[in-house]
Amino acid sequence: MNLIVEFVISTLIVLGGIFALVGSWGLLRLPDLMARLHAPTKATTLGVGGALIASMLYFLAVEGTLSIHEILITAFLFLTAPITAHFIAKAHLHGQPESVRALPPTGQSRGWSTFDTPPPEPAAEDSPAEDSQR
Amino acid sequence: MIEHALVFGFAAVSLALLMNLWRLVTGPTLMDRVLAADTMVINAIALIILFGIQMRTTVYFEAALLFAMFGFISTVAYCRFVLRGDIIE
Repeated sequence: MNLIVEFVISTLIVLGGIFALVGSWGLLRLPDLMARLHAPTKATTLGVGGALIASMLYFLAVEGTLSIHEILITAFLFLTAPITAHFIAKAHLHGQPESVRALPPTGQSRGWSTFDTPPPEPAAEDSPAEDSQR
Repeated sequence: MIEHALVFGFAAVSLALLMNLWRLVTGPTLMDRVLAADTMVINAIALIILFGIQMRTTVYFEAALLFAMFGFISTVAYCRFVLRGDIIE
């Protein structure tokens, strides 16, 4: 195998390991949940991305075939990490009622969308049963 | 060179899994535990990928893909259960 390719693959594996370690260290170290959410959703996802790119390059160099599985896993992880973080933050905020008062004012006519239902659309005023169907 | 990098990668990801396990056990709130379990799934995917590089086989990618899908779906289902008291309304 080419030495440069080997060096690039090794660097990617080491970087991925370091990023995964930093993400988990942040999960262990940071003070509360809203701060803790940052570490795994960013650093750990990047770490897995590094390992997946290293794997893709490795099998491209060894077998000469570009496998699509890694791109699939990477795309899936990078798409689902923000959704997971959003759901966890939302469930956390709704779990403690005092977090409503801790939020800063939005400066608009409506409140935070997690807690307040949005104002009804002007066209939807004649269908008041819309909220209960959600 | 890749062998040494793989050893470092295995050690780092395993240490990360241990840290996540610590947060899973001692997490003060319920959502901390859900977040720790979700991170454990992601780290397990990294471990599977590194193991596939070491074994020089692409068999384990399906396992990694299944882990990714089930980790995401279980986390979202748990959060939804906590939020709404039901998963499918």
